[in-house]
Amino acid sequence: MEYTIRIGGQAGQGLVVVGSSLAKYFSRKGFQVFTHKDYMSRVRGGHNFYQIRLADHPISSSRDRVDILIAFDQETIERHRQYLSESGIIVYDSEESKKEFTGAEFVNIPAASIVEEMEVHKVMANSVIMGGVLALLGFNLKIYGEVIGDIIHKSDEVIETNIRAAQKGFDHVKENFSDRSSHELPDLEKKDQMFINGNQAIGLGALVSGCKFYAAYPMTPSTGIMNYLGSKAKKHRIVVEQAEDEISAINMTLGASFGGVRAMTGSSGGGFALMNEGLSLAAMTEIPVVIAEVQRPGPATGLPTRTEQGDLNYVLYAGHGEFPRAVFTPGTPEQAFHLTNKAFHLAEKYQIPVIIQSDQYLADSEWTFAKFDTDRLLWQDFRLRGDKLAETDNYRRHAYTENGITPLAIPGESKNLVVVDSDEHDEDGHIIEDAETRNKMVRKRLFLKLPQLQKEIEPPALYGAENPENILVCFGSCLGVVKEAMENLAADHSLAMLHFSEVFPFPLTDKFDYVELLTSARQAICIENNATGQFARLLRSETSFKCQVNINKYDGRPFTLDSLTGEINEYL
Amino acid sequence: MSTYEDYKGQEPAWCPGCGNFSILKTLKNALVDLDIEPHQFTIVSGIGQGAKLPHYTKCNTFNGLHGRTLPVATGLKLVNSDMLVFAIGGDGDCYGEGGNHLIHAIRRNANVTLFVHNNQIYALTKGQASPTTEKDTVTKTQPFGDLSSQFNPLALAISQNCGFVARAFAGGPELPFLQEIMKEAINHKGFALVDILQNCITFNKVNTFHWYKERVYRLEDDYDPTDRVEAFKRSLEWGDNIPTGIFYRNDRAPFEKSFPIILEEPLMRQRFSMSETLDEMSEFY
Ligand SMILES: Cc1ncc(C[n+]2csc(CCOP(=O)(O)OP(=O)(O)O)c2C)c(N)n1
Ligand SMILES: [Mg+2]
Repeated sequence: MEYTIRIGGQAGQGLVVVGSSLAKYFSRKGFQVFTHKDYMSRVRGGHNFYQIRLADHPISSSRDRVDILIAFDQETIERHRQYLSESGIIVYDSEESKKEFTGAEFVNIPAASIVEEMEVHKVMANSVIMGGVLALLGFNLKIYGEVIGDIIHKSDEVIETNIRAAQKGFDHVKENFSDRSSHELPDLEKKDQMFINGNQAIGLGALVSGCKFYAAYPMTPSTGIMNYLGSKAKKHRIVVEQAEDEISAINMTLGASFGGVRAMTGSSGGGFALMNEGLSLAAMTEIPVVIAEVQRPGPATGLPTRTEQGDLNYVLYAGHGEFPRAVFTPGTPEQAFHLTNKAFHLAEKYQIPVIIQSDQYLADSEWTFAKFDTDRLLWQDFRLRGDKLAETDNYRRHAYTENGITPLAIPGESKNLVVVDSDEHDEDGHIIEDAETRNKMVRKRLFLKLPQLQKEIEPPALYGAENPENILVCFGSCLGVVKEAMENLAADHSLAMLHFSEVFPFPLTDKFDYVELLTSARQAICIENNATGQFARLLRSETSFKCQVNINKYDGRPFTLDSLTGEINEYL
Repeated sequence: MSTYEDYKGQEPAWCPGCGNFSILKTLKNALVDLDIEPHQFTIVSGIGQGAKLPHYTKCNTFNGLHGRTLPVATGLKLVNSDMLVFAIGGDGDCYGEGGNHLIHAIRRNANVTLFVHNNQIYALTKGQASPTTEKDTVTKTQPFGDLSSQFNPLALAISQNCGFVARAFAGGPELPFLQEIMKEAINHKGFALVDILQNCITFNKVNTFHWYKERVYRLEDDYDPTDRVEAFKRSLEWGDNIPTGIFYRNDRAPFEKSFPIILEEPLMRQRFSMSETLDEMSEFY
């Protein structure tokens, strides 16, 4: 059993409140839920939609076909009617759409006049609609009150009014559309499930990893990370600072990390571009830093609220000079959570920049999970502090060591001085220009650290058949949709997929020889949300393996299950 | 007690006769007077001749990028708030490349003391115009003369209600005065801007040591540095007579004192316990 609900209308009409309340409701009822947002870069008007897919089995992508279309305006009906499934329903308010539609698929809920009669604020119309939709699906309204309380964070009185409004919509549908019961969903066993999106997962990952400082400049679609950490700043003692620009954001972050705390910054491609010199500074000064790069389509301002995987090459090579870095490309909120934790761990262990690359699709998509495994979380304080620091004499910030890693002392906490410099420097951190010291420092910073770092990188995950004829290859946010497409096609084809979530340093083959697997297959199909197949090229340059087929999408929208399944099928 | 010798650093790579030597010596004297030990302060500096200063003394040092001293200093001060934080850079560094950060450092008012080595030229890159270069000065990169008007850092700072605004000249008889201003600036609780006029013996043939010496004078003894309008007026004086001294000060609350979470203990000393954060997962159920 599965179901797709699409809620469309203009910005400012409360689509996201309706959508996320419904989605959370389904998650609490025990369904597997996957949502995604499609919105325009404007505060009012335009056309936006929020889509919820729910099922009684694991799901990880969005579909084109819609079972219930909730239309907040006439444009939504006109644009999305063509995607309606055979027994699909369109819920609308004829007063809002200024037009009465006839046809079995239409369910008219006079939400505006109901709230007028109730003499309550007109945003309550959204709750009337929600109540009606829940009636169509055969639910009662019990958990709804709790969920709406979670989402709107308003007084008990406002929540109570919402519940009353929902009841009206519920009753309206029960009285007038009792013949639509074919849409009733099964009653699942209630489960405790997590329901979380990519940005929240990165923020949560930072929080549990001891991030104490986050400086950034707002930029869609990365701002959710800052919002999340901002909401925890008081309780968990985090300094969250809105910088005057991204150059300042990364430099503040480096100042904070130098000062002795775990620190992070984040942006989208344009803001990350401004951080490039700072990224290079982090490398030269060996200061740990975690950077989230949440992509949107470029070049330049591009499509500010849409999605793309177009910055892979950019984060791999950003920053002048040669230095080690790690780049992670999580495929799910759960991976985003764990990889953010790993990013903090590795950044501090190796004193390097670590980049978590996400995109609008992952940032805004909500998924259900049984539970994040907190036993897997990494925590080790690599700083030189306390008694150990006090006992240290003649500390040298960049002293040569066997593994290239010098203990990271906290300034001001002992008589030892901590000296770092963006110029090439000696072991004490002072400016030098001689060739011998330069060579030694490059060896320390780069050649000694890189192989150790590479050993920390996990190989790609394999899903599907063990010795497949066809292999789907992808990275980052394509995981969910490629996996489901593979499952759709697996019955008729010998098929598997490889997903890379840790892309730099590129994974070794000692734990899992994925290159051997690729080479033995008849064909490999690399699927990327960009125009030029950046991952396929990275794979080739690192392993010499060339994927036979590339499927690319660069219209600013994510892959959807139905069309991707069809496209893959053409090559099988 | 700290002594002058405690601040001995590397051998400076400046030109003989450079005003930077006087600034360095005077800063060391001020530190001795205030009995600040090397580990108790950090100099965040940018890139330029003046910005090399921390290497020539002894202290915690973050010699970062050209123009980016103030963001680094702000981040450091917020997490390591017992640390005395100084920012040092040239006129190009602080007023050109990093100009935007100056505006916002003034707004934030973190307890950071900014010393600007203002030689009215880009010295390290060999003589191009800086924001404070006199209008119409011809250089290799300003073949028609510097056509932009001269930047007035003091007027900007006072107009934005900067916590502490001063100017001094790093030359001969004025050094004790510079030393007193440095001490006042360091003791000021909030953001302090000290614009230090300095000769560049190699690249600035206009604003020479004697040029400054003939023009600078001290603000009168009865001058009131809390009068912002008067301070703004005096900041507009430039040319034959150049006032020096503390132009303006106020008692705006320092930025870091407005974060309740770091009032009791600096952030880097607060121990983290992962288990205390795991409860936050429950919000997502
Ligand atoms: C991003 C960047 N741009 C340009 C430079 C080159 N550069 C180094 S110092 C400097 C100007 C120096 O002038 P100032 O800050 O006044 O310092 P001074 O040498 O006069 O003390 C320039 C342009 C640089 N290091 N980094
Ligand atoms: Mg200069």
